[in-house]
Amino acid sequence: MNYPENYRYTKEHEWVCVAGDEGTVGITFHAQSELGDIVYVDMPVAGTAVKAGETLGSVESVKAVSDIYSPVSGEVVEVNETLKDAPEKLNEDPHGAAWLVKIRLANPPEIERLMGAAEYLSYVGS
Amino acid sequence: MSESAELRKTPLNAVHRAAGAKMVDFGGWEMPVQYSGILDEHHAVRTTVGLFDVSHMGEIEIRGPEALTLVQRVTTNNAAALQRGQVQYSGLLYEHGGFVDDILVHKVADDEFFLCVNASNQDKDFEHIRAQNRWNCSVENAGPRYAQLAIQGPRALETLQQLTRTDLSSIPYYWFIDAEVSSQPARIARTGYTGEDGFEIYIAPELAVTRWGEILEAGREFSIKPAGLGARNTLRLEAKMVLYGHEIDASITPLEAGLAWIVKFDKGEFTGRAALEKQQSEGVKRKLTGFEMRGRGIARDGYQVYVDESPAGWVSSGGPAPALNKNIGLCYLPADRARAGVAIEILIRHQLVEAVTVPTPFYKRAR
Repeated sequence: MNYPENYRYTKEHEWVCVAGDEGTVGITFHAQSELGDIVYVDMPVAGTAVKAGETLGSVESVKAVSDIYSPVSGEVVEVNETLKDAPEKLNEDPHGAAWLVKIRLANPPEIERLMGAAEYLSYVGS
Repeated sequence: MSESAELRKTPLNAVHRAAGAKMVDFGGWEMPVQYSGILDEHHAVRTTVGLFDVSHMGEIEIRGPEALTLVQRVTTNNAAALQRGQVQYSGLLYEHGGFVDDILVHKVADDEFFLCVNASNQDKDFEHIRAQNRWNCSVENAGPRYAQLAIQGPRALETLQQLTRTDLSSIPYYWFIDAEVSSQPARIARTGYTGEDGFEIYIAPELAVTRWGEILEAGREFSIKPAGLGARNTLRLEAKMVLYGHEIDASITPLEAGLAWIVKFDKGEFTGRAALEKQQSEGVKRKLTGFEMRGRGIARDGYQVYVDESPAGWVSSGGPAPALNKNIGLCYLPADRARAGVAIEILIRHQLVEAVTVPTPFYKRAR
């Protein structure tokens, strides 16, 4: 699986891709693989303020609920509504079309604390 | 997840790993939770055939001239009604009426009964039965002598039939036969935990790897799938089959769990009987009830259930029902609300979400 070089990764298996003052957030291929078939996605509405490391929402597989933690602080500006009716897209394209939210960054330098692709790959041991 | 040295393994452990199964700790056993995916495996069992390794299940053998007396004493159902080769779903209860376990009783002979019990309960069950053995029966905790495979789904019969000379269609539902699979001994029971037609076979552990491969090969023309505990759980939930530790445990009686049909008061004395009679005469206060979600969200085990804006019960099992495209669950409710058509709410992560009680089972196969 390709882990994009321009993404930053968390220990909780989220990614963020920053462009300008906006970060697109998703879960990693490893995360969806560990979860199994994803059947439900719960994300905050646009306008919600979030903090790095705090709960952003949740993703549910057939078996269990998993909290999703925000990799960055800021304000949710867009939610991927297509996941509401097609949560299985998170299994199919977690690094692409199945992004979760876009966040306007309150503190852009904080992404420096996150892992790069190579570091994340060695973290998940693949 | 740390590798725990104490986890017990079935004879198929290496086979599951080689097949890419995700392994989990299930009641002290390292078991496959999924191979290709829970939904895929669930649909395979509903539409064609799936193969489960359920070798973690325990077996207890009771033998002797008074074997029936002991079985009657420790179980709730009437084992005296069994014919040789017949299987019966039953309960093992404490004196206070709560479940020690739910079990399958197979009558092998007038003086021999074969009990299939839950994996994590087998040692407790064995001690519970042995402590009541005042009839000099032989009671053996026989789990290590058996591997168990479940072949389940509308194509289960055609799959297994290729490996045995026994006419499988002659075995009625909840009967078994001691015969052969691939010319080696097998106890073949027409039982299961999926709501589909199918078979559970009990074989010597050293035969498990070979049989597993042969069954997958025989089912290839039907696109058979190995299936894990994840699909086993969604399948049994759709069929409203109870799971120990969820719907039933030491604090729940059969009358509360909708299992009055396995309690035969007229069969004579049995452990737990007095408590159940008392509960029945005083009225059962809470009952197991099926529900489906109306609002967005998935109810999970342990979530609180609200009726008229007050906490009224709890979810014993909940999740998606893949064959029904709904989110369903089982919950305990006050007896006066435990019927279909009652508006309830489930507390899902700090939010009350609408649901409604429904008739069960959620899924019933076409016959």
